[in-house]
Amino acid sequence: MSPERKIRILIAKPGLDGHDRGAKVIARGFRDAGFEVIYTGLHQTPEQIVAAAIQEDVDGIGLSILSGAHDYIFPEVIKLLKEKGAEDIAVFGGGIIPEEDILALKGSGVKALFVPGTTIEEAVKWVRENIKPRK
Amino acid sequence: MFKEDQLKKVQQEKKKWVDDLSKMLSETPERLPRFTTVSDLEIKGLYSPEDIKDLNYSGEVGFPGVYPFTRGVQPSMYRGKLWTMRMFSGLGGPEETNQRFHYLLNHGETGLSVAFHYPTLMGYDSDSPNARGEVGKCGVAIDTLKDMEILFEGIPLDQVTTSMTINPPASILLAMYIVVAEKQGVSKKEIGGTIQNDMLKEFVAQKTFMLPPRPSIRIIVDTIEYCTKEVPRWNTISISGYHIREAGSTAVQELAFTLADGIAYVEAAMERGLDVDDFAPRLSFFFDSHIDFFEEIAKFRAARRIWAKVMRERFMAKKPRSWMLRFHTQTAGCSLTAQQPFNNVVRTAYEALAAVLGGTQSLHTNSLDETYAIPTEEAVTIALRTQQILAEETGVTNTIDPLAGSYFVEALTNQMEEMAWDYIHKIDEMGGMVKAIERGYPQMEIADAAYRYQRQIDANEKVIVGVNKYVTDHPPITIWRMRPEIGERQLKRLREVKETRKNPKVKECLGLIRRASLDGENLMPHIIHAVREYATIQEICDVWREVFGRYTDPGYF
Repeated sequence: MSPERKIRILIAKPGLDGHDRGAKVIARGFRDAGFEVIYTGLHQTPEQIVAAAIQEDVDGIGLSILSGAHDYIFPEVIKLLKEKGAEDIAVFGGGIIPEEDILALKGSGVKALFVPGTTIEEAVKWVRENIKPRK
Repeated sequence: MFKEDQLKKVQQEKKKWVDDLSKMLSETPERLPRFTTVSDLEIKGLYSPEDIKDLNYSGEVGFPGVYPFTRGVQPSMYRGKLWTMRMFSGLGGPEETNQRFHYLLNHGETGLSVAFHYPTLMGYDSDSPNARGEVGKCGVAIDTLKDMEILFEGIPLDQVTTSMTINPPASILLAMYIVVAEKQGVSKKEIGGTIQNDMLKEFVAQKTFMLPPRPSIRIIVDTIEYCTKEVPRWNTISISGYHIREAGSTAVQELAFTLADGIAYVEAAMERGLDVDDFAPRLSFFFDSHIDFFEEIAKFRAARRIWAKVMRERFMAKKPRSWMLRFHTQTAGCSLTAQQPFNNVVRTAYEALAAVLGGTQSLHTNSLDETYAIPTEEAVTIALRTQQILAEETGVTNTIDPLAGSYFVEALTNQMEEMAWDYIHKIDEMGGMVKAIERGYPQMEIADAAYRYQRQIDANEKVIVGVNKYVTDHPPITIWRMRPEIGERQLKRLREVKETRKNPKVKECLGLIRRASLDGENLMPHIIHAVREYATIQEICDVWREVFGRYTDPGYF
C-alpha cells in the first residue's frame, strides 16, 4: 500500500501588491505542517498562477491579497481554472478583505477567506479538513 | 559616568536588593518567565548606574546638534521648531487626493506626503493590463504630468515641502514635480521635499521593484548627482527601515539593514566621483515606530550615533551636516489590528510619543481604519489631532531628549548599537548590502523573525489586545471605497493626453532616455524633458525594462 500523497498547495501573490509577509508566514507554516508548498513569489498575473497550479499539479491555491484588488483577482483565477478544466483545484485566500466583500467572493467559488487574526493552526486545520490530495 | 566609590556603594546596595528580591520571588514569582520587547530582546527587571558605568557622556551622548547627535540633530529641537506633521495620503485620482491635501493643510498639517497607487509605484500606466483591478486603490493614480498638475493645484510649491513614496520611477516623479513647480513660477532651486528612491530596501522588504539592483542604483546615483547641483533643497533619498520592520524584522534588524543600505548608497555615489560632503547632507532616513516604547526610543538614538560614526570615521566626511541622521517616522501599520479598530488610536498615540521622544524630524500617524483601507476623512483627522495633542498639550516638547541619562534607555541604546554593528560588520564581510541581498541574507533574516513572531502570537506568548486576549465582537466600521468612475476618468484623461500631446517630440525624448541609459550620461535632464512633453511613466519605464532587464522575486520564504 502506497502512503497517501502529501497535500500540495500553491501560495500565490497576485497583482502588483508587494505585501508578502503573510504569504511567506503561511507558506512556511504549511510546510512545517507537512504540506508540500510551492510559493510563486510576487507580482503574478491570474494567468501565471493558474498555469503554475496546473503544472505543479496542486490540490489548492492560496491567494494573498492586501491591495484591494481581490474583487478582480479571485473571480479571474476561478474563471481561468474552469476554462482549463481544473476547477477541482480549491481556491482559498487571505489578506485584507472587507466583510461585505467576503460573501460575494464565496459566491463566486472561493472556498475560504482568512482575515487578520487567523492563526497558522486554524489555516492548517481548514486545509486538512477541506482539501484532499487529488488522486 | 560615575566615581569608583559611588559605584562600589551602588553594587553593595544592588546586592541587598537582589537578595531581598530573591526571597520575595520564592513566594510570589514574577508574572512571566521572560520579559521581552516586541522584537524578543530580553529586558532586565532593573537598570542602575552599573549598566552605564562605561558610558562616556561627551563622546557617546553629548549635546543636541553636536556629534554624535545621540540627543538630536538640532541644538534647540522642538523648542525651536516642531516636527513636520506629514500625513501619507493618496486615494483615487489626483482630484480626490488634491482635495485631501487641502483638507489636511487646512486642519494644521505642515507638510505633504504622497501615496501612489500600485501601477505608478511599479512603473505602469493606468491603462496597462498589469493595472487591472488596482487603479486608484492603494494610493493616487499618476500617469503623466497632467495628473501631477491636478494633484498640486492650489498648493504653492515654494511654501510647502512634499515627500513622495516612490522608488523605481522616483526620478520620473521628481522630474514631474520640478516641472509643476516651474509652471507655478517656482525654481527647482527653491523646492523642498523628499523622494524615497531607496531601491535596496525594495528588494529586501517593500517589494516594488522593477530593474535589477545594479541599474537601480545607477539611476539613484543619477538623481543624487543631479539634485546636488540643481535641486539643492531636495532630499535625494529616504533610506528606509519602515518597510523592513513592517515585513517582520526586529528593531535591531531594521536599524542595521537600513544603515547598511545607507552605506551602500554613499559608496555608490562616491564611486561616481561625488564629494561626500556635497551629497551626504541631503540623505535622509525613515523609520518605523513600533509598539515597544523604549526599544523604539533607543533605536532612534542609536541610529543617529551609528550614522554619525559611519560618516565621520568610515567615509571621512568633514561637514557636521553630513554626519547627521535626519529622519521621518511612521507609526507601525503592522501593529494595528482589524479587530476592535478603535484601539488603534491608542496604539498610534503611544508610537507617536516614542517617535517624538526619539527626536524625529517628521511624523505620519496611522489612522484607525488603515488595516482595512485608505483612511476616511474622519479617521485621518483623529490621527492628525493625535500629533497636535502630543505637540501642544502633553508638554513633551518642553525639553530636549528627556530620557537621556535613564539607566535603562542609555543601556538599551548601547545594546542596540552593538547588535546593529554586528549585523553591519557581517554585511561588510559579505561584500556589502548588494551582495548580501543577492544572497538573500536580509530577506531570510526578516522572514525568520516574522515567522517567529507569528508563532509567538499564535501561542499567546505575545499579547495583542483584541486578537489573542480580550477578544470581543465589534460592529463593522465604515471604510473608504474607491468609486469605479474614478478609474474610468483616469483612463479617459490618459487617452486624451496621449492624443493631444506632440507625439513625435515624445518619441524623440524617449530616444534620448534610451541613449543616456546605454551610455551612462545622467538621465535626469532627459527625464525632465520627456515629462514636460507628457511622456507617461510607463513609456519611460518600458525603455529601462528593455535596456536593463527586469528583476523578478526569488520568492524566499
